[in-house]
Amino acid sequence: MLSQQIITLIEKELKKYPADQRQSAVMAALRFVQDEKGWIAPEDMADIAVYLGMPQMAVFEVATFYHMYNLKPMGKYTLTVCTNLSCQLCGSGDTLEHLHKKLGISLGEVTVDGKYGIREGECMGACVDAPMFSINNKQLCGRLTNEKIDQILAELDKQ
Amino acid sequence: MINIEIDGIKIQTQNGATVIEAAHQAGITIPHFCYHKKLSIAANCRMCLVQVEKAPKPLPACATPVAEGMKVFTHSEQAVKAQKGVMEFLLVNHPLDCPICDQGGECMLQDMSVGYGGGHSRYHEEKRVVLGKDLGSLVSAEEMSRCINCTRCVRFLQEVAGQMELGQAFRGEHAEVMSFVSGTVNSELSGNIIDLCPVGALTSKPFRYKARSWELSRRRSVSAHDSLGSSLAVHTKNNRVLRVTPIENDDINECWLSDKDRFAYEGLNSADRLTKPMIKKDGQWQEVPWQVALEFAANGLRHLANGAGAEQVGALATANSTLEELYLLQKLMRGVGSDNVDFRLRQSDFSADGKQQGNNPHPNLPPVGEGANVSSLAGGEPRQFLPWLGMSIADIGKADRLLIVGSFLRKDHPLLAARIRRAVRKGAQANIIHSADDDLLMQVENKAIVAPDALVETLTQVSKAVAAKQSEGIAGSLLGGERVVVLLGNFAQQHPQSAQLQALAQQIAAATNGKFGFLGEAANSVGGYLAQATPGAKGLNAASMLAAPRKAYLLLNVEAELDCANPQQAVAAMQAADLVIAMSAYKHRATEYADVLLPVAPFTETSGTFISSEGRVQSFKGAVKPLGEARPAWKVLRVLGNLLKVDGFEFDTSEAVRDEAIGGMDIPAKLNNASQAATQSSILSPQSSGLQRVSDVPIYATDAVVRRSAPLQATADAVTPQAWLHSDELKKLGVQAGEIVKVSQGQGSVMLLAAADDKLPKGVVRVATGHAATAALGAMFGTISVERA
Amino acid sequence: MSAQIILATANDGLAKLDNYIKAGGYQALRKVLTEKISPEAIIAEVKASGLRGRGGAGFPTGLKWSFMPRNYDGVKYLVCNSDEGEPGTCKDRDILRYNPHLLIEGMAIAAYTMGVKTGYNYVHGEIFEAYEVMEAACEEARKAGYLGKNILGLDFEFDLHNHMGYGAYVCGEETALLESIEGKKGQPRYKPPFPASFGLYGKPTTINNTETFASIPCIIREGGQKFADLGVPNSGGIKLFSISGHVNNPGNFELPMGTPFKKLLELAGGVRKGHKLKAVIPGGSSMPVLPAEIMMDVNLDYDSLQKAGSYLGSGAVIVMDDTTCMVKALERLSYFYYEESCGQCTPCREGTGWLYRIIHRIEHGEGKPEDLDLLLDLCNNIAGRTVCALGDAAAWPVQGMLKHFRKEFEYHIEHKRCLV
Ligand SMILES: Cc1cc2nc3c(=O)[nH]c(=O)nc-3n(C[C@H](O)[C@H](O)[C@H](O)COP(=O)(O)O)c2cc1C
Ligand code: SF4
Ligand code: FES
Repeated sequence: MLSQQIITLIEKELKKYPADQRQSAVMAALRFVQDEKGWIAPEDMADIAVYLGMPQMAVFEVATFYHMYNLKPMGKYTLTVCTNLSCQLCGSGDTLEHLHKKLGISLGEVTVDGKYGIREGECMGACVDAPMFSINNKQLCGRLTNEKIDQILAELDKQ
Repeated sequence: MINIEIDGIKIQTQNGATVIEAAHQAGITIPHFCYHKKLSIAANCRMCLVQVEKAPKPLPACATPVAEGMKVFTHSEQAVKAQKGVMEFLLVNHPLDCPICDQGGECMLQDMSVGYGGGHSRYHEEKRVVLGKDLGSLVSAEEMSRCINCTRCVRFLQEVAGQMELGQAFRGEHAEVMSFVSGTVNSELSGNIIDLCPVGALTSKPFRYKARSWELSRRRSVSAHDSLGSSLAVHTKNNRVLRVTPIENDDINECWLSDKDRFAYEGLNSADRLTKPMIKKDGQWQEVPWQVALEFAANGLRHLANGAGAEQVGALATANSTLEELYLLQKLMRGVGSDNVDFRLRQSDFSADGKQQGNNPHPNLPPVGEGANVSSLAGGEPRQFLPWLGMSIADIGKADRLLIVGSFLRKDHPLLAARIRRAVRKGAQANIIHSADDDLLMQVENKAIVAPDALVETLTQVSKAVAAKQSEGIAGSLLGGERVVVLLGNFAQQHPQSAQLQALAQQIAAATNGKFGFLGEAANSVGGYLAQATPGAKGLNAASMLAAPRKAYLLLNVEAELDCANPQQAVAAMQAADLVIAMSAYKHRATEYADVLLPVAPFTETSGTFISSEGRVQSFKGAVKPLGEARPAWKVLRVLGNLLKVDGFEFDTSEAVRDEAIGGMDIPAKLNNASQAATQSSILSPQSSGLQRVSDVPIYATDAVVRRSAPLQATADAVTPQAWLHSDELKKLGVQAGEIVKVSQGQGSVMLLAAADDKLPKGVVRVATGHAATAALGAMFGTISVERA
Repeated sequence: MSAQIILATANDGLAKLDNYIKAGGYQALRKVLTEKISPEAIIAEVKASGLRGRGGAGFPTGLKWSFMPRNYDGVKYLVCNSDEGEPGTCKDRDILRYNPHLLIEGMAIAAYTMGVKTGYNYVHGEIFEAYEVMEAACEEARKAGYLGKNILGLDFEFDLHNHMGYGAYVCGEETALLESIEGKKGQPRYKPPFPASFGLYGKPTTINNTETFASIPCIIREGGQKFADLGVPNSGGIKLFSISGHVNNPGNFELPMGTPFKKLLELAGGVRKGHKLKAVIPGGSSMPVLPAEIMMDVNLDYDSLQKAGSYLGSGAVIVMDDTTCMVKALERLSYFYYEESCGQCTPCREGTGWLYRIIHRIEHGEGKPEDLDLLLDLCNNIAGRTVCALGDAAAWPVQGMLKHFRKEFEYHIEHKRCLV
């Protein structure tokens, strides 16, 4: 079941599109589910399919095509580290290594307490701020240094 | 018209055509995988790249529209380099397991790699592995590593079958064709994706590893399982049918086949095939030589006809018997002096019978017993009612407005439904009047879903609205059309007021300048009439023969409890009879009531003729020899005729039987949907609080062969029937969906799972017929009761 | 004309409508609407400006606008491509977050010109903060009558909605982007038909890059010729350049077309301390790399870069100093195209993975001498054979690297380690 909050958000998105194009809101709907639950389960996709009146398989295609959707639980805070060229040149390797040291996990893994997960990201369109990661796809943190990473993690630990 | 040149050959083609279409018209082949003339253009495989003069890059022929003066080169250096490059890419992640691949010998990839592939592979990296998928009992997707992502299957299910059951999930090299959360593909047209798959990724599950394609012999045949008359090929090896595939026929089945036609053959060799004649002696069944069984049957018939009277003998046949069988059956009956013969076993309103010409439906026939010959029919005489499609199958696809009355369209006529679906996609409007609201997987413009006893009234209203030129609703839709088609489905024909429905539908069609017709229920729904397997003036129709039981019955392919409008009554009549002769391909419940079982051949083991709904006469040959001692039914009937000393039974071939039945006959002139029979037949409304039954014949319960096809019986469409009610009705009954309820009719009752379908009208319960689980119930229409178990 | 036309910073506060208006915002739109300038005249002005699409392909904007069917009464759409995902490129993000009303104004003028009532702005999924700024700006503009019905109280209607991507580079390709707005996976469409006749929801549609639209208000305000004169022939106007990688002060710079690369490098504080420039990818990661010697003499405009063997692309400049292993750099880029291929067409789906695996092997000391020619042949079999230009985008970096740095690859294959 989609939560009332998600339905409210989807309804707002639907206003953007022609009335007979409900499918246009599918990407947003999947995003809302992920924001609420941290990941998207097949049941959620089925619910979205019903709500938007589209085939389940079409929702599945979308959910598996766009890489920012988590198809498995990824931790309370998913750090997506850009490793593309500009970031690589500016030390995204070090970022990963530092995160690995601090959190004990590598790309694609989640800490045992379920608090952090790390994913590899492609170019975030913010290359001048390399190296960077995003937190839960919401907040971009750039020009990362080990100290800055420690600070960010400490902030998150407090929340 | 547009002039282009391909490989130096000048071609004229239509504006809007693509290069590949133009090439194909001119007999030039361009290699391709994703392109399919009946599907949308994807242009994703890139195999069809050709050089086009002035274009800087090679272009995909499948997606490039022709332009005046265009020069195309399919074999130039640029084109061949591009094609070879694509072929190399297609093979890098392909397992190259041709020796163990089911598609071997009929694989587009294998064929083309011979022409366009390199000698050795330059690819030395790791190959992608794609996990196999379980799509259900019909289509195997075990080897998805072979998939080349052409998306033909995805597009077919979406565009033709109407539902996106497969998709291409993930992306890039990880793209995979799959279903949602390992669901099965449930389309009644799913088998076509096996043919469409250009490689061995999707194969036939029942056929897997049974044979290599080159070991099979192919025989042309005709579909026996619905009234469309689809062209198909029966593939055999060692006298066994191993698979069935479509033969392209654009007027009928295009290049498709329904799953029913494709997989029914698995029922041919089921364990309960009757392979030896049997008689019941002292309550025990014994296998006996043919001679003994035939004499037993003949003597019994003679004895009864002479004693109790010929009118005590009745013959019933299913509408998927061949023309020849039906013809000889009625000839035999009339030879022994009985007019009781019928093949319309699920019909309940016969008031249209014989209405045109006084009381004799066969005025041109010699009196009963003297042998019949309809070929002498004189022109100009009033014609007998002979319900048929009323138009060609192609006409249906060209309609711009349709009214479909009383039809489980998708399941009863899968390929017609697909044709209508395509028409609707192109802008036609489909209107539905019915007692159930199953998803037709197409847009429906207007629908009236009412209880069976309200159908006549609903149609009356529409007819009035049409007469009043109303601009809204169904009438408005139909009046807005230029090519209107009104069709009566199986349900409407089985309905107790079918004659009235027909009269009204016909009025509506006339008032909208439309065409009107009947969707035939079975392979010989038209052929049965032309074979005269209908009762004469003094005869009893199928319903009366069972309502007023006869002392003897001759059954042709009939399973009384599954094939008749009222199973309860049919079984009772059989049980009460002194003599039941069952000609059947299977040992079935007839063992409980019959006295002699004569093993006859199903359609793959005999020659014969089906006359499709549109009046197309199609004869076919047996594909294999009859199993065991089974014999073609026409031969069995011939011997019975001889034993009973009926004249005119000297046939050497089934063709001779056919020629006598319909040779020289102007069939189109005989097809006649007009009837003035619309008497006000009885209303079947139940007592105030009761429920009415709505019954469908489930798609895989329509005939004896289909019922025994294990893979079809393992599909979602073959689940045990449930009692479907509107949830308000469930509430009234105090029943939850999923609980077991007792469903009763007459003296019988069955236990079924209750299920909710809020698209059903109130006051009805939908309970399928044609299935063992509901065979203890009575008529397909009428009162029925449901209570907590 | 002020020096900074498009580029703003957080300090400018232009994301707030009041400030934008104070700075002269929405004047161009007002001018167009109140003076009832004809669509033909606007298109003529845009043509005169020499503005070419800033999304990478450099298609003349005025010409593109003229393709939209004029006397068509059905629905038409305007779409902004803010799916900036080409590695190295991050200019549109700054427009969205620091100067959103400039984009709205530019799109409104475009909508007026092409008779469009509805527009969509497709925002790269990774820059949620910019998406939120855009959402807020649209809301503000709607309330203040710059979007919606009766804009500026006049008989003109246009509304703009933001649609967020969610991690697919290929959605930057215009037809994939349309599919994505339609709620499908972003697989590019085969063209023809082009979006101008069959676009979003099958309706005539014009798609431009964020920066393209953002250039419009200035062109209308100041005149096309004046804008053109800022640049050089065939590369009119000013342009945003993102410079990232091994520079001291990476960032976005707004410069006239034709500015020498040397100047941009200077503005970015030069190459990291103690290191020498080795190579530059001048127009976003898809464009062929150029070695330092060539680059230091190149001007940043369409023709100069093409003459030098690369392209201006999106104007994103990735700077690599002498510590950079070209094999490793190419390995990462090839991985990107392999990861981002939509999977629809054969050469790209199968070819990008093959390219990546070979380069990966070379980087890991398992290369073979014949690999390099194989790579080039595969590039030829991918480029120009695919549904969309991602195939070319995957091939060009490989071709560029092997053209200028083949020796480094050969060294890697022979010695199983880096030259640097
Ligand atoms: C793989 C691929 C990625 C692209 N990414 C972008 C992009 O991120 N932003 C963009 O504006 N154009 C991108 N484009 C170009 C667009 O297809 C299109 O040409 C452009 O949006 C048109 O706008 P313009 O004429 O204003 O440049 C991309 C093209 C391809 C083939
Ligand atoms: S080139 Fe790649 S990204 Fe573009 S359509 Fe083909 S497979 Fe998709
Ligand atoms: S047949 Fe043309 S691209 Fe596949």
